[in-house]
Amino acid sequence: MAERERRRRRLDRSIKVRTGGLYALSSWSEMAYLLVPRVVLIGGLLVLPLFVDMYWQRVLCSAGIYALLAVGFDFLAEYVGLVCLGGAFFIGAGGYISGLLNAHFGLHPFFSIPIATVAGAIISTLVLLPCLRLRGIYFAIISFMFPLFAVYIIIALNVFGSTEGISALDTLPNIWTEIYLIFAAVILALFALRRLVNEDIGIILKGIKDNDQSVRASGIDITAYKTRAVFIAALIGCFGGAYLSHLYGWLGLSLFAMDFSILPIAATVLGGMGSLVGPVLGAFILTPMSEALRGFGQLRVVLYCLILIAFMVYKPEGLMNFLERKYHQFEAWVEV
Amino acid sequence: MVKEPVLQVKGLHKAFGGVQAIANVSFSLYEGEVLGVIGPNGSGKTTLVNLITGFVRPDTGEVRFRGKNITGIQPHKIANLGLTRTFQVMRPYHSLTAFKNLIVPLNSPRVHRTRGGKLGDRDAVAIDILEEVGFERDARVPYKIAGSLPLGYLKRLELARCMALRPEVIICDEIFSGLSMSEITSLVPLLERLQLDGITLMMIEHRLRELFRLTNRVIVMNFGAKIAEGLPEEVLQDPGVKKAYLGTETKG
Repeated sequence: MAERERRRRRLDRSIKVRTGGLYALSSWSEMAYLLVPRVVLIGGLLVLPLFVDMYWQRVLCSAGIYALLAVGFDFLAEYVGLVCLGGAFFIGAGGYISGLLNAHFGLHPFFSIPIATVAGAIISTLVLLPCLRLRGIYFAIISFMFPLFAVYIIIALNVFGSTEGISALDTLPNIWTEIYLIFAAVILALFALRRLVNEDIGIILKGIKDNDQSVRASGIDITAYKTRAVFIAALIGCFGGAYLSHLYGWLGLSLFAMDFSILPIAATVLGGMGSLVGPVLGAFILTPMSEALRGFGQLRVVLYCLILIAFMVYKPEGLMNFLERKYHQFEAWVEV
Repeated sequence: MVKEPVLQVKGLHKAFGGVQAIANVSFSLYEGEVLGVIGPNGSGKTTLVNLITGFVRPDTGEVRFRGKNITGIQPHKIANLGLTRTFQVMRPYHSLTAFKNLIVPLNSPRVHRTRGGKLGDRDAVAIDILEEVGFERDARVPYKIAGSLPLGYLKRLELARCMALRPEVIICDEIFSGLSMSEITSLVPLLERLQLDGITLMMIEHRLRELFRLTNRVIVMNFGAKIAEGLPEEVLQDPGVKKAYLGTETKG
């Protein structure tokens, strides 16, 4: 007889179904099932800095910034349908405002960071507002250009320290404040977005992604909702920027660097589109990895690309979607 | 008795490049009636819907809804006035469950206003509306992902999305197209019920037999112009209509 064909059977764990609603509170094991992934994530982030040296703590800080950008990118791309490549603009806007407030008005970082977060988000939203009518690749291209614009405007007008930047900004009190501030922001952004996408506003935004014409026919002003979504993502990004300028005590044109637009996308691909937590995971893998590969010089870019290509070919769903499936389902080979 | 028209269209023109899509179309839609709009493919029926509901801006002409000029107003504002539409190519939010699809219109300013801001449990309201259009609650159809639903349900979902707005007028763009005979016969009573509820309907249709069960007045379009208007039987006897739409005389 010919060889039997086999296929992989996947079944949802019954506990997954039971923990879908309020019933989850009925037993310890079911509550644990829900809590374990969250505790691992939060606990992991809180404990991680205790086991690494100063240099790697700094790396973790910048990984946190990339994580913020990545989670914002994922939110806009997967839950609103806006592929925003303007992450560097968020960083630049937040970073410059916060740095300038500190340099010219002597504002303490604890005040300049929140002000820059909100002000930067307002500016970013206003800048992106005229492009919100565009969809897909067109929005992506336009949003990619804004950081470049900003750089040339700063050079041409010779303002904000021009090409030199401004140094000797106030830094945060100590490394522990630095690291836990950004980690707290990551966790807050992550859980806030997770909640938001399941609220009515999240459903409307998802509707806009699936079909904007039909949302308009339902009496919803799509521009107003898209503006809110961009503002939320910009808030997250601008906080990262404001924090960054005080992390290094310096502001300059490299705040608008392409890395801030590109790495979050790579992190999202690696971590899993649409999972929100995946991009965070992706950023915490990619940033330290690119640090570790520094010894390879220019070759590290090649290695970095190889890893990305491998992921796109062999695990296009991304890490987090894969892990989530493993967590929720039994898998077995069955003969058919 | 002369009734005031709910919707009045006057001298509407729209050209896409060199193509005159709509040429000097005028008509009125009266409270509580079912108006049929028929015509061959490419005669401008869907463009007419797009012009009325604000998705496309007319070159010249005027659209009045309850006496208010709504020409060139944005679609969401028109929808909030109570004039809504279904799409010929169905546009569900395919990644959301069926009842979550209705959360979108239930968040519109119109619903907030008409329900006095106290909607209560939106999910329950959404599921009630879906049950009304024939989504079996017992079979958990409202909880299915919209993208996985068969065509018949998607057409009903389109209608439910309009109903959630509690509109005064619904324009149905070929709601019967692509449906089986049995699906159509089950959809007709639903439309009749909408009419009884006081909703004025304008139906763009190719399926004449089913349309004529519902409607008492028909407009015929050809090459962007209105070529006839009147009772279904009269219109079909019109020589111009026969020539344009039906080709040769046939006995159904």
